[in-house]
Amino acid sequence: MQDLTEHFVELIRHTSTDLPDDVRRALSEARDREALGSVARGALESILQNVELARQKISPICQDTGTPIFFVRYPAGWSSRALREQIRAAVALATENAYLRPNAVDSLSGKNSGTNLGDEAFPSLHFEEVEGDTLTVDLLLKGGGCENVGAQYSLPDDRLGADRDLQGVRRAVLDAVHQAQGLGCAPGVLGVSIGGDRGTSYALSKQQLLRRLDDTNPNPDLARMEARLMQEANRLGVGPMGFGGATTVLGVKMTSQHRLPASYFVTVSYMCWADRRRRLTVRGDSQTIE
Amino acid sequence: MIPLHMPLSEEAIRALHLGDSVLLSGVMITARDAAHKWMIDTYIRRTRPPSGDDEQTYAALRDLLRGGAIYHCGPVVAGLQTKQYVFKAAGPTTSIREEPYQGEVMRHFEVRAVIGKGGMGARTLAACSEIPGVYLHAIGGAATLIAETVTRVQGVLKLEFGVPEAMWVIEVADFPAVVTMDSHGQSLHTEIEKASRGELDKLLAG
Repeated sequence: MQDLTEHFVELIRHTSTDLPDDVRRALSEARDREALGSVARGALESILQNVELARQKISPICQDTGTPIFFVRYPAGWSSRALREQIRAAVALATENAYLRPNAVDSLSGKNSGTNLGDEAFPSLHFEEVEGDTLTVDLLLKGGGCENVGAQYSLPDDRLGADRDLQGVRRAVLDAVHQAQGLGCAPGVLGVSIGGDRGTSYALSKQQLLRRLDDTNPNPDLARMEARLMQEANRLGVGPMGFGGATTVLGVKMTSQHRLPASYFVTVSYMCWADRRRRLTVRGDSQTIE
Repeated sequence: MIPLHMPLSEEAIRALHLGDSVLLSGVMITARDAAHKWMIDTYIRRTRPPSGDDEQTYAALRDLLRGGAIYHCGPVVAGLQTKQYVFKAAGPTTSIREEPYQGEVMRHFEVRAVIGKGGMGARTLAACSEIPGVYLHAIGGAATLIAETVTRVQGVLKLEFGVPEAMWVIEVADFPAVVTMDSHGQSLHTEIEKASRGELDKLLAG
């Protein structure tokens, strides 16, 4: 088995310092929609300058490099234990190189480990064995500001008039966007999961954030709801940074899974505009990062 | 763009209104969750006695914060081994977590500017009217751009809190921010919350 540690460091460096092209495009379109001279437009101009500068200087886009969340899909023959060790070594190295801020804090003692290595859950690692011969590792760097505005609803919700159907889901999502205001560093991307238990629903809502902003949901009902929610969330007028303005969300990505008869969860994971996601693909001796 | 220099005068603060864009220059201190809790517990509500280097830190802060600025920020800092500190990335963190403490900290140290993101609540707004002070919103996530305005790291207090939570004493030049809570009782955050609530109600009625 190959030692991929240096490629994992590269994956982290890319993710922290270089925003994907679809996100950059969405931000620049958002800037063009804001009124000339408005604080909203000024905010997006600063954001775009910052993205460019971070890329040139190979410096973190945001100082909150967040929880490193890895989704590893490995073919038979790879050891998930060895991959875990290599990823953890890469996270410590990337922290030393200041691509990541030391973010792992012991919840009881309050002590920061200084390396971004905490217990089993930090960094956050998800493993899945897959068919074929390609190893893919997706990385999401998700900051604390946006993580804190994530929300989970249990339907029906009387306050929102939200029943156990797609219209109820719509009400819950709009409420979450309103509650978040600018606190999640708007304009954000919403990962929405319908069903599941509380835990799987959160995990799957985050997995939705790995999708490109310009893709289309294969489920036509969800595709329609994504488009509608995008338009309606922007009507709320929260705007960039919560300054007021035309763009509050850059994307809405939804999934659904089976649930218990008694439960109907709607989970919204909010990703800040610094939508830092990258993928490492390993096939034979070739490694690519996109 | 309105230039502001620390320490800030009462007149400079009273002249600011919602939506003004400002460029800050001079010395500011980063302080977030652990630092605010330490200030409150040790010197304001005095629920724990000072220990270690608390007294020296407090004396330094009294001078640095009078008419000064607190920045809610947990930076990425290079040069930790050599102590030749350089700010690599230094955007604002969410301010509302300091709402239980901020007004008291502002009054105690005569802080005139609090810089962060997301806005703060009624208690901080009241302190802004009284002292007077302002809340300045920096651009969340614009961390490399803001780090460029940090011309020098003078030093660090309470590094044992960890790099993000320590109090970094920095010199800045033309640090950009927007006034979103002023000393005249106005908050842009309250206005936007109210307007977006109205839109939400319309959407949910449909």
